[in-house]
Amino acid sequence: MADLIGADLATRTPPLAGFHGGSGAASLSAATPATRLSLRAKPDAVSALSLALGLSLPTRSKTSASGHGRHALWLGPDEWLVIDENGADLTTAVASSGVLHSATDISHRNTAVIVKGRGAEVAINGGCPQDLSLAVFPVGACSRTVLGKAEIVLLRTAEDTFRVECWRSFAPYVSGLLNEAAEDAGN
Amino acid sequence: MLLIYCPYCEEERSELEFRQAGDAHIARPTNMTEMTDEEFEAFFFLRDNVKGLTYERWRHLNGCGRFFNAARDTVSDKFVTTYKAGLPKPDISTLRPATEAIVETYEATESDAK
Repeated sequence: MADLIGADLATRTPPLAGFHGGSGAASLSAATPATRLSLRAKPDAVSALSLALGLSLPTRSKTSASGHGRHALWLGPDEWLVIDENGADLTTAVASSGVLHSATDISHRNTAVIVKGRGAEVAINGGCPQDLSLAVFPVGACSRTVLGKAEIVLLRTAEDTFRVECWRSFAPYVSGLLNEAAEDAGN
Repeated sequence: MLLIYCPYCEEERSELEFRQAGDAHIARPTNMTEMTDEEFEAFFFLRDNVKGLTYERWRHLNGCGRFFNAARDTVSDKFVTTYKAGLPKPDISTLRPATEAIVETYEATESDAK
């Protein structure tokens, strides 16, 4: 048994570990590991859950709330994606709310690509049909949508920066498609 | 590419985010154990497949995920209106313009088929 100590045990390999790509117009990088929560709740539980998370859960479509590295994204009338970039324990946080809700930890189901640059919109539009102009999709806007054949969740974190959340098994496809589109975006 | 108005997102989105989910306004019988096989077949399998205006369920699958209902023309593929699930059929006559442009389908312009 003593031989096992210090031996290489199973290590967790994040999807897209060390991934970098894109072009001068739109650079791609893997987002840092984060904890994520799929949260479902009825309207009467929203205020208590907001208090427990320290964010006011958005109730209008395509809006999000952010603060201290934590984001709450409106996905549907009773559905949110909560992301914490500091790795906080979100399940415990919402459990303290004391109201009826459904919370599923999806930290390792999702991964994210950060698309940054003046060609970021064009790169994402290479596979996504949404209008990403600033007037329609302002900073803080978010939406579940499609990128090619994969489902993604888009969050605009700055005028030239998007966070593209996708399922980890789709990560090679999503990053590959974005890489191709980012190269085209430079032309 | 068709743009479909989602009544929950309150926005027009690309058809790529949506899935059709069969006919709308089909009430599930409350006396299913007493039904004959023919009655059950009529409820469960038989659909009208109308040519023209039809009421369908659609789902904003890669968006808000909600089911909603749509009034759609099966000839022109035009969505006349969409409305939230659970609402009654809307009065289409108030939504359609009085003089509607003729859709240039093969049947309308080339063939004798009615």
